[in-house]
Amino acid sequence: MGILTRGLVLFICAMMPGVAPAMAQTAQKPLSPTILRNLSVTADHSKFKELQGPFTAGPEVTKACLKCHNRAGEQLRDNIHWTWEYKDPRTGRELGKERVINAFCTNALGNEGMCAQCHAGFGRGGPDYDLNRLENIDCLACHDNTGKYFKTVVTPGHPKVRKKFTPKKPVPFTEAAQHVGLPTRTNCGKCHFYGGGGDNVKHGDLSSVLFDPPRDVDVHMSGRDKGGAGLVCIDCHVGEGHKWAGGHYRLNVGDDGKRPAGMPRRTLSCTQCHSEKPHRMTSLVGWRLNGHTDRVACETCHIPTFARGGVATKTFWDWSTAGRLKDGKPYAEEGYTQGDGKHRHTYASLKGTFEWGENLVPEYVWTNGEMDWLLPEDAFDPKKPVFINRPLGAPEDPNSRIMPFKVMKSVQPYDAGRNVLAHISLWGDDDAAFWGNFDFARAIAKGMKVAGRDYSGEFGFVHTRMFWPINHMVAPKEQALQCRDCHARDNGRLRNLAGFHLPGRDRWPWLDWLGGALALLTLLGALGHAILRIMRTTERT
Amino acid sequence: MKRGTTMTTGNHATTADETLYRAKVQIFTLYERFWHWTQAALILLMLFTGFHLHGSLDLMSFRSAWELHVLAAIALMTLWVFTIFWQFATGNWRHFVPLLEESKHAPTLTQALRGWLTMIWRITRYYAWGIMRGEQHPYKKRLRRKHNPLQAFAYFGLMAFMGPLLWITGIALLTWDFWQNATALSTTEGWRTIAAFGHMLGAWLMLLFVIAHAYMATMGKTPSYLIRGMITGVEDIWLTEEELCYLRNFHPHRLLEVEKSASPVSSTA
Repeated sequence: MGILTRGLVLFICAMMPGVAPAMAQTAQKPLSPTILRNLSVTADHSKFKELQGPFTAGPEVTKACLKCHNRAGEQLRDNIHWTWEYKDPRTGRELGKERVINAFCTNALGNEGMCAQCHAGFGRGGPDYDLNRLENIDCLACHDNTGKYFKTVVTPGHPKVRKKFTPKKPVPFTEAAQHVGLPTRTNCGKCHFYGGGGDNVKHGDLSSVLFDPPRDVDVHMSGRDKGGAGLVCIDCHVGEGHKWAGGHYRLNVGDDGKRPAGMPRRTLSCTQCHSEKPHRMTSLVGWRLNGHTDRVACETCHIPTFARGGVATKTFWDWSTAGRLKDGKPYAEEGYTQGDGKHRHTYASLKGTFEWGENLVPEYVWTNGEMDWLLPEDAFDPKKPVFINRPLGAPEDPNSRIMPFKVMKSVQPYDAGRNVLAHISLWGDDDAAFWGNFDFARAIAKGMKVAGRDYSGEFGFVHTRMFWPINHMVAPKEQALQCRDCHARDNGRLRNLAGFHLPGRDRWPWLDWLGGALALLTLLGALGHAILRIMRTTERT
Repeated sequence: MKRGTTMTTGNHATTADETLYRAKVQIFTLYERFWHWTQAALILLMLFTGFHLHGSLDLMSFRSAWELHVLAAIALMTLWVFTIFWQFATGNWRHFVPLLEESKHAPTLTQALRGWLTMIWRITRYYAWGIMRGEQHPYKKRLRRKHNPLQAFAYFGLMAFMGPLLWITGIALLTWDFWQNATALSTTEGWRTIAAFGHMLGAWLMLLFVIAHAYMATMGKTPSYLIRGMITGVEDIWLTEEELCYLRNFHPHRLLEVEKSASPVSSTA
């Protein structure tokens, strides 16, 4: 069957919600629309004279791109990948990578020289980056289809650590510019699988395993040859005009339900393909499971554990131990060996002490998708764990569902005089940058200054928590959770969730005690009575 | 034959000049027996699966337990629909209503109630120790009243209270999706919790009933007498002349054996 025929069959299936699941079960698996479009392009970019180069710097490429794609620059101008800013529609507060201090490398602000190697732009070396210079947009980071394009640190950094981060070969601008297409997992994954400074460090459900995962790690991203759907990121994170669905600052936990199953929507959710009644209604259990979908997110049952496939995720990060040196030099310990055999740091002078985990059971939380975010100037009680973000929702809120999260635990610097999180200067070639000088006092003073904040001059370390939604690594359906995983009296997965009646978990102990005691008494009474009757009968005869 | 006396055994007061015949009569029709045993099997299945859903047992998966529980519930409710029809179509419902027969035969309701309570006390006393001393059951089964007052009272409680408590709360829990947004979720969630409590209360009561009922089924003339009666439908009861006539004429196959000489009911147990 030709690819177009398959596409046609897929399209017809998609138009008939009743038929699609049945077809998917037998012969057809969904085909990535993105891959299909990349295979069906009618223009060979390598033949364009504008793209002959040779290009030696990124902005040269972007100028060439924007000559033809003359709306792309304006479309990118407000994109979070470019601005690193996000305005929370609920609170009106400015969030984003440049604003929030996270529980990993803490702040990008002031450390752009290092962090902006994952920025969709060129030369973002500091806070005063000009977002109106559209030739600095990095088209290739997302559109290179050779897989060879890479990004480098923006500023050289401190001489003591510089060598570690210096690129070893030139960036292949020209080749990449001639082979562009819609973004594939390689493009997105190069940044998003390595958030937090390493493979799967941040998310837990986004790791390098997803470049080519086996079916049991991710049914959607696993290749069609492996029995998966072969989908790429933007098949689900759909959108138009360089704006697409998805994001951490505000989650999509539901769906407007207005379009039939299989049709792309702007709202990212499982239901955009699977509908709100994905389980087969022909069985009682299917009907019951469909009754769960309004209160339980799909991910809760269908992602039994995260950090699967051999790559661990960081679960704990203690900055307070950072800066220890051996013979005056930074060092690292590799105390954790993950499933694929690679060793992970359990201590690094640059960052502190770490803990790792694989095949982890998520934390389950009622959420309506809104999050409370802690901004740098939000004060807290340092005696308690500080929540950098916290999903909002409740069982009595009809828009809330139970969703899985990775909860990162960290110990990180704060302004002990003002009880606010501290900015750290990590990257730079000055005498303050922590990565090179290993002195928190100077690094924090500089970090606070760069961020334009007041600083009491005293710092301490505070326990923080950060919630990361678990949406990827959807397992094959036969590995989904069983009823008993939640509907269990003790140690069920939802044991910490209160405020609603969960059958199998919740009971009235006094009623059970009373009922059980009465049943036992009745039984014993019957037994005793029977024995007496037998004795009396034998006496009489 | 003690003609002209009034029986004081606490059955409904028998009018004077009444001759009673001891007879083997099929008092439980085929449908009633089908109802009883199907209901018994379904209730046992529902108890077994239900206590799995409650988290008390762990011999099968929650999923299978849930599926069986719901299927059994649907089957049981269907059975009840047919049985309710049968009860009213055949008039059998009269056997299950406490005081219904008694009030007909006593001059006043107070007297009926007193007689009924006395009888219940005597039956209780009989089950507690009379049976061990070889006493006779104080109640004489009649065609119009095949259950003794204690029995009728227990079955009435089962059918009028425990049954509805279980099926009303059960249906409420099963159809939660359809009414959860009827008003504020916090309110319907409260109702759902109440339903869950009621369902659990009903479950424990049902378990108590099943244990007591199963044991008391062995408390007939011989341990297997009542159980056989529920299988064959046949038990020894007392018939009036008219009832005998009626059975002979209209249901001869239900009348298996009549004692040759009409016997009176002894007034002492």
